[in-house]
Amino acid sequence: MRLLNLLKIAYKAIVLNKTRTLLTMLGIIIGVASVIAMLAIGEGSKESIRATISSMGSNMITIRPGTDDRGPARGSGGDVQTLILEDYQLIKEKATLLSNITPVVNGGGQVINGSNNWPSSIYGVNPEYLDIKAVGLQSGSMFTDAEVKSASKVALIGQTVVENVFPDGQDPVGQMIRFNNIPFKVIGVLEEKGENTFGQDQDDVVIAPFTTVQKRILAIDYLNQIMASAISEDDAPEAVEQVTEILRSQHKIMETEDDDFTVRSMEELISTFSSTSEMLTVLLVAVAGISLLIGGIGIMNIMYVSVKERTKEIGLRMAVGGKGSDILMQFLIEAILISITGGLLGVILGLGATVFIENFLNWPTSVALYSIVISFAVCAVTGIFFGWYPARKASALDPITALRYE
Amino acid sequence: MSKEIIKIEDLKREFTMGSETVHALRGISFDIKEGEFVTIMGSSGSGKSTLLNILGCLDQPTSGTYEIDGVKVKDLSRNELATIRNEKIGFIFQSYNLLARTSALENVELPLQYNSKVSTEERRKRAIKALEMVGLGDRMDHTPSQLSGGQQQRVAIARSLVNNPVMILADEATGNLDTRTSYEIMSLFQELNKQGITITFVTHEPDIATFSSRTIVLKDGNIIQDYKNNKVQSAANELAKLPQEDH
Ligand SMILES: Nc1ncnc2c1ncn2[C@@H]1O[C@H](COP(=O)(O)OP(=O)(O)OP(=O)(O)O)[C@@H](O)[C@H]1O
Ligand SMILES: [Mg+2]
Repeated sequence: MRLLNLLKIAYKAIVLNKTRTLLTMLGIIIGVASVIAMLAIGEGSKESIRATISSMGSNMITIRPGTDDRGPARGSGGDVQTLILEDYQLIKEKATLLSNITPVVNGGGQVINGSNNWPSSIYGVNPEYLDIKAVGLQSGSMFTDAEVKSASKVALIGQTVVENVFPDGQDPVGQMIRFNNIPFKVIGVLEEKGENTFGQDQDDVVIAPFTTVQKRILAIDYLNQIMASAISEDDAPEAVEQVTEILRSQHKIMETEDDDFTVRSMEELISTFSSTSEMLTVLLVAVAGISLLIGGIGIMNIMYVSVKERTKEIGLRMAVGGKGSDILMQFLIEAILISITGGLLGVILGLGATVFIENFLNWPTSVALYSIVISFAVCAVTGIFFGWYPARKASALDPITALRYE
Repeated sequence: MSKEIIKIEDLKREFTMGSETVHALRGISFDIKEGEFVTIMGSSGSGKSTLLNILGCLDQPTSGTYEIDGVKVKDLSRNELATIRNEKIGFIFQSYNLLARTSALENVELPLQYNSKVSTEERRKRAIKALEMVGLGDRMDHTPSQLSGGQQQRVAIARSLVNNPVMILADEATGNLDTRTSYEIMSLFQELNKQGITITFVTHEPDIATFSSRTIVLKDGNIIQDYKNNKVQSAANELAKLPQEDH
């Protein structure tokens, strides 16, 4: 029998039982839609994590005091004082795989300009900081090594600070502000970076020479952090090892002892976060896959009913010359038509849900073409797999037995 | 003498229902030659339909042999049987067996759908012609539920003709028709028979049997009579003799 005829028969059978077929399809529709939406959410969050981390400088390596297993979302190494300026100098001198390096000291405080008052954080760094963090300047200029040496009271501020401390829209460059009552001359404004994945406002910062911040504001003689960038992303893991070696020998740590510092590259961060979000995606997709399976069982069920109901029809088709293979194809095509239509509606629903999630829940999403292709293929296979057995059963009937079936 | 198209020998068909066995056919033998018009008669439950189903390759005998056109049916595969049903046999069921919610035309087209040698246009053309032959040219788009019992029976007859069969097996094909229409149908069958189609016709009505060349009478699964009809009536003549009524 020709395919076109088979399609016509299947179409007719489906149209004659619209409601029933639609209800059967619902399982497949929901299954496919959720697979697509879940993968879109998973992909979206992975991409946004990667983008944020890369925007922080993908070659970046951070060195913190203490064994840090608290994750990078928290501030810097707290009260542990094992990292000092000599460590920085030594690494700068010995590490061959680093292109930039800066000591970092940081603390919180009030930024004041006249009557405008804003709580923010100050980072004491050297000029290489901008390259390491991949931050640009909106206006003004970065302080110089000489200004670091002389512990000048100059600062650069982020957009959030600008908005809150200079609400009148005047140009901050050249103005004086005070941080914890220490006067600073604003010499530059940082480019806007927005929030990072962890919800931190990256524009709520004041940057000043580390010498100034260390002595005048924090009054400490250790460092909170050392930041560096590897020559390239590929060199990052080796650079981490290099730094670790240097610090271990400098800190005289014995073979059996643990490090009193932590070195991390952005790559590690990315993979840590990607793997968590990947695991989540796998879980979500597994749940969605189960609903697809249930949808498939629904199809099998309805095909059984269909075969039972139409036993007489099967008998007649055989009596006038229909072969077993014709009957098999007829029911198989019906099952596939149901599952593919369901799959198509599922794809549409899934894309709709993704758009909704993106626009109304503000979650990052990214629809991967492969998720559509895969779920669609799974649908077709589901149709064949779950339609096969009932169709097979129909095709094995005896014409006269089928005709006599009541 | 022309060759035998049907040859059965000691054919038995038993149905087991739980512990009981129904002997529908108790070992019957006969031949039907090409071009014969045979009526099978007998009281209800005598095994006529059972016999016809076996002759139509829809059912298999419990024992005995059935040769169709020189080939033992027992040796044929399911697919070969399907092809024989499709291309050689026109079967008219006692209970019509039309597809519900399907137009008369599509019902008649059905056998040709399973014949890949027939194109879509050809199929339609032949179905229309068959429906016109049974006088339903104006009812082609009606579904079975929109047709009377007699009309449904005529759709079933048209369906049996559409594949130009070598033999027609009819199970009470005129059972639901008035005298005039059944004579019309009988004259159609006589016409087809003249063209060489072998016809085996199950009926209850003795006057229908007079249109055939031979009658086999069954009783309780046995043949009790098998006789040639020397004075075959012409259905067309009988039709002309009927009083002209509301037509
Ligand atoms: N599938 C079956 N299962 C059990 N018994 C059956 C089956 N088919 C037929 N029989 C029995 O076989 C016998 C012959 O039935 P069959 O249908 O051949 O009669 P028939 O001569 O066609 O009668 P009618 O004139 O009423 O159509 C009956 O006693 C019937 O009950
Ligand atoms: Mg009968």
